[in-house]
Amino acid sequence: MKEGMTKKTNWTAMVVLILGLSAIVFPLYMTLVIAFKQPSEMTNSVSGILSLPKTWSLDNFREAMRVTDFWNSLKNSLLITVSTVALSIAIHSLMGYALGRNKSHSKFYSFVYLFIVSGMFVPFAILMMPLAKQTAEMGLANWFGVILLYVVFYMPMNILLYSGYLVNIPMALEEAAKVDGASTWRTYWKIIFPIMRPMHATVAVLTALAVWNDVMTPLVIMAGSDQNTLPLAQLNFQTQFGTNYNLAFASYLLSLIPILIFYVICQKQILNGVVNGAVK
Amino acid sequence: MLITIPILALFVCFNTIPLIRGVIYSFTNFKGFGSYDWVGLRNYIDLFSDARVGKSYLFTFKLAIVTTIVVNVLSLVLALALNSKIRAKSFFRGAYFLPNILGALVVGYIFNYFFTYILPALGTMIGSDSMSKSMLSNPDSAWVGIMIVCAWQAVAMNTIIYISGLQTVPEDVYEAGGLDGATGWKQFRYLTFPLIIPFFSINMVLCVKNFLMVFDQIMALTKGGPAQSTESISYLIYNNGMSGGQFGFQSANAVIFFLVIVTVSVAQMKFTGKKEEQL
Repeated sequence: MKEGMTKKTNWTAMVVLILGLSAIVFPLYMTLVIAFKQPSEMTNSVSGILSLPKTWSLDNFREAMRVTDFWNSLKNSLLITVSTVALSIAIHSLMGYALGRNKSHSKFYSFVYLFIVSGMFVPFAILMMPLAKQTAEMGLANWFGVILLYVVFYMPMNILLYSGYLVNIPMALEEAAKVDGASTWRTYWKIIFPIMRPMHATVAVLTALAVWNDVMTPLVIMAGSDQNTLPLAQLNFQTQFGTNYNLAFASYLLSLIPILIFYVICQKQILNGVVNGAVK
Repeated sequence: MLITIPILALFVCFNTIPLIRGVIYSFTNFKGFGSYDWVGLRNYIDLFSDARVGKSYLFTFKLAIVTTIVVNVLSLVLALALNSKIRAKSFFRGAYFLPNILGALVVGYIFNYFFTYILPALGTMIGSDSMSKSMLSNPDSAWVGIMIVCAWQAVAMNTIIYISGLQTVPEDVYEAGGLDGATGWKQFRYLTFPLIIPFFSINMVLCVKNFLMVFDQIMALTKGGPAQSTESISYLIYNNGMSGGQFGFQSANAVIFFLVIVTVSVAQMKFTGKKEEQL
C-alpha cells in the first residue's frame, strides 16, 4: 500500500519546496539562456539578459570548444577521474582490508591505520607548496602526478570507509577459505573484494565527484604542463572570454554537461553513496 | 601482508614527507627558488604581527561561522519539508541535491555574473541605490556574495544528511509525543532534534572544515578583493606562497592553519560527542 494514501499532502512543505526550487533553477536557467544568446541580444536591462534567445544556435558552443580546447580538457578530466577511481577501489580496499582485519591484534597495523586515517586533518594548503616542488623534481608535474596525489589524498577517508564496512563481514568466510587451502591474496580477490561491492560504489561516487570538480590540485601541480582539466580550463581561459559573456557561459555550460549527464543516470547511486560516506 | 608496505610508502612520500618539508620551510626565508637561510622562529613571530594574515583569519572564520549557521538552518527546514508527506518526493530530493555535484569554480563564475550584472540591474529597476552597485566590488558586502555561493552548494549536502537522520526517527516517537501534546515547534525541539543530534554533529564538522578551507569560490568571485577584504587563508597561502615570493613565510602560515584545523575538528567532535542522546 502506498504511504501517501493514508495521510494528506503537506501543502506548507510543498510551497516551501517549490519556492526553494526557484533558487536552484534560476542560476541554471540564466546560464542556459546566456549561453545561447548573441552579444547583440544582451541589453543592460534584466529582461534583456534573461529573455529567451531569438534563435537556438550552437555557434557559441563551437567557438567555446575551440577557444578552451574542450575535447583535450575533457579527455584529461576523464582520464584523471577514471584512473583515480579505479586505483582507489583497488588499492584502498586492499589496504582497508589489511589494516581493518589486523589492527585489533597487531600494534604495527593499528599504528599504520591511525597514521593514515589522521591524514584526513592535513589541509591541502600545507602540502601545496612542498608538493609543487617535489612533483617538479620528480618529473611528476603532469596528469600522472595528479592521479598519484589523489590516490594519496583520498586514502585516509576511503580506508576508514572500507575498514568500517569490514566490521560487518564475518570472519567465518575467510577462515573457511583458508581451510580449503586458499592464500590470503586469493581469498581477498575471490571472496572479500566482491562482498565489498556496496562500499566500492560509495567510494567510487565520492572520489569521482571530488576529483572531477577539484581545481586546486591540478592548478598547483599541472600549472606548467600546458594541459588542462575541465575546471582548470575555465580558470585559465577566463581572460580570453573578455566581455563576451555568451561565449563564457557556453563554456561553463559545456563543462557542467558531463557531470549533469552522470547525475541523471546514476542519481540513486550518487545520493546513496554520499549519505553512506558522510554518515559512516 | 606485504602489500601494505608499498602503499604505506606511497602515502609517506606524498603526504608525510611534504608535510615535514612544509614545516622545515617554515623556519627559512625561502622564496620558492634560489638559496635560503634559516631564520628560526622569525616567520612565526612576523605572522602574528602581519595585518594581512590577521585579516585573512578574521575573514575566513567570519565566513565559516556565518555560512555554517545559514546552511544548517536552511537545510534543516528543507530536510523537514522533504521528509514530510509531499508529492513528487524523489523529484524534489534529486533536484535539491543538484547544486552539490556542480564544480564550485564554475558555479562561482555563474554567480559572479549574477552579482555583477543582474542584481544591480534589478536594483536600478526598483530604484534601490545600494542594490544598483555590485556587492562584490564593495569591501563591506563582498563576503556576503561568497557566503551565498558557498551556501547554495553546501545546503544540498547537509539536507541529504539531515533527511537520512530524520528517517532514523521511528514514527511511534511522534505518536507518543502527540499524545503528550508535542506538536509543531515543541515536537521538533524536544523530540526530533535531540534524536538527530549525531547528524547535526556530522554536518557541523563537515561545514566548518570545508568553509575554513574555502578556495574555489574566492578564485571565481573576488580573487581576494576588493582591498584584500575576502582573502581566505588558503587563498593567501596559494597566492603569496606560490607566486608572491613568500614560500617560507606562507609555509609558517600553513603550519598554523593546519594546527587550527586539527584543533577545531577535535574540539567539535569532543563537544558534540557529549551531547548525543541515545534512543
